[in-house]
Amino acid sequence: MEMQTASTDIAARAIEIIDQLKSAEGPLLPILHGLQEEFGYVPPETLPLVANALNISRAEVHGVFTFYHDYRDHPAGRHVLKICRAEACQSMGGDRLAERASELLGVNWHETSADGAVTLEPVYCLGLCACAPAAMLDGEVIGRLDDEQLQEIATEVRL
Amino acid sequence: MTATIYIPRDSGALALGAEKVAKALEKEIAARGLDVKIVRNGSRGLYWLEPMVEVETGEGRVAYGPVKPSDVASLLDAGLLQGGAHRLSLGLTEEIPFLARQTRLTFARCGITDPLSLEDYRAHGGLKGLENALKLEPAQIVAEVTESGLRGRGGAGFPTGIKWKTVLDTASPQKYIVCNADEGDSGTFADRMIMEGDPFVLIEGMVIAGIATGATKGYIYTRSEYPHAIAIMNEAIAIAEKAGVLGTNVMSSAHAFDLEVRVGAGAYVCGEETALLESLEGRRGIVRAKPPLPAHKGLFGKPTVINNVISLASVPIIMDRGGAFYRDFGMGRSRGTIPIQIAGNVRHGGLFETAFGVTLGELVEEIGGGTATGRPVRAVQVGGPLGAYFPPALFDTPFDYEAFAAKDGLIGHAGIVVFDDTVDMLKQARFAMEFCAVESCGKCTPCRIGSTRGVELADRIAAGIEPEKQITVLADLCNTMKFGSLCALGGFTPYPVMSALNHFPEDFRPAPVREAAE
Repeated sequence: MEMQTASTDIAARAIEIIDQLKSAEGPLLPILHGLQEEFGYVPPETLPLVANALNISRAEVHGVFTFYHDYRDHPAGRHVLKICRAEACQSMGGDRLAERASELLGVNWHETSADGAVTLEPVYCLGLCACAPAAMLDGEVIGRLDDEQLQEIATEVRL
Repeated sequence: MTATIYIPRDSGALALGAEKVAKALEKEIAARGLDVKIVRNGSRGLYWLEPMVEVETGEGRVAYGPVKPSDVASLLDAGLLQGGAHRLSLGLTEEIPFLARQTRLTFARCGITDPLSLEDYRAHGGLKGLENALKLEPAQIVAEVTESGLRGRGGAGFPTGIKWKTVLDTASPQKYIVCNADEGDSGTFADRMIMEGDPFVLIEGMVIAGIATGATKGYIYTRSEYPHAIAIMNEAIAIAEKAGVLGTNVMSSAHAFDLEVRVGAGAYVCGEETALLESLEGRRGIVRAKPPLPAHKGLFGKPTVINNVISLASVPIIMDRGGAFYRDFGMGRSRGTIPIQIAGNVRHGGLFETAFGVTLGELVEEIGGGTATGRPVRAVQVGGPLGAYFPPALFDTPFDYEAFAAKDGLIGHAGIVVFDDTVDMLKQARFAMEFCAVESCGKCTPCRIGSTRGVELADRIAAGIEPEKQITVLADLCNTMKFGSLCALGGFTPYPVMSALNHFPEDFRPAPVREAAE
């Protein structure tokens, strides 16, 4: 019963977001961004609502949703740590730091820790290549990431 | 008298603690009851000195850096507001050699002005290009841009004026200007710096493009990885609308131009122009076959100018000073200046705008100061993940589209990533293939399947399984990808792979130790 209420709430709020954005030119990405911003992920039950509002097939919406790395079909952890895995960061020992992060947090890439504290994601370039290695914690940019900072982050996300 | 202090709000400076420095400074200034105005500027692009704090003095701006929050009290004690001496003092900003050697045309205001002050923008020469353009016929604007010799700074190097002329000559009730701000190449950050440090120059360039081609709507397609750039661009657009630079009557003229920021969703391939258009239309970022060219059938099937941020941001100075002024910088068919991004394992990383013609060696060894780790430079990747790796033996190559092509490389978006002698080039070649496999849109076979086969070949070489045979197949595979792929993702992935193989063959031979262990 409770589940059903939550689901109805999600649908009602999703329809509001879709209605706000659907008149834009090429509205699908802005709508998916809007849904993810609202719920922290794109609830799968909202995809048919999007298809219906834009008069496109559910397959088309599913195709777009799954094509882009950013969109999630389930909630992330309370914190999201993105570590750059691209060349400029590799040149400054990024690979070793990335492995260290995975060890410290006890998660693999794209995974959320069992306590729900943190999701670890790779990112390919944050445009911070002159202060590599770079990372982003909950939208905050971090340059010249080192072991000490990683240790601090690992402690901080568990608080 | 109110003193003025500058603390950057650029992502690079923020990543190194600029926000904490600003907070500490505000607190200390309030505690001491000082009369100070703090301006949050863009970055000058000297990232090894960020956060770099500057103060306005009678002689010019004096810089200090890199500043930590704990330095704030001692800086004020040393007379920061008068440009007093301190161990972090860098002297007059303009005289720092890294800056003094540059020719800043596109980045003339970046790091100097308040990015969200239109008055500041005007006071530093902004909007003059647009004012001049409004006095001309569209064809005259296009002629001026053609005269300048400006070529697409996104990487392809296609003449901007010719692209604009095609759109101008294609009749349609609706045309678009699309700015490709999907700066996904590792080692590049010039687009981000302009959007965060001088957003009005991009807006001005796009409005001029609109007037020149008869387009009334523009989109800036940028990356979700750039939250600060998105926020600043959106604020700047709102300010420009309010001031009448955008809207139904641009600068009180009969021209209309509206602008909107659109955010991608983490797909590298959307930096390819036709995939970008698909994404803007709300579809998967699948590459389109050309023809038709976007200039004929682009966004929503309408004639579309699609240009990189730096191309568009270079237009205002061209329209202000004239095409000939811009053209007189550079060498050969590479005219004007190029903002080079020096990154990776380098002592002095940052943005270096200069006329074409500077050599790779000057950039890496002299300007960049060699590696950050102090070890010898072994390889330099120029032009992002799809660019070739250059060994020091090729450091005499001048920065020029044709000169790089002649050495089987490319300038791309002008990012250079430095690696020291600990780099494993087989691993880098494998990464190039792996990245292509992850980011391939899947439309064409050479890219979609070739990249996965490429990873497998690299793994077999690393494992010492018939390496000579694998290398032959790898070279053949690269040839197929280069000539058979639909776009630059599959087509250029062979550049890093083959350059690694050709210039660093020793890394593709299993070490004797590894053989013995098996």
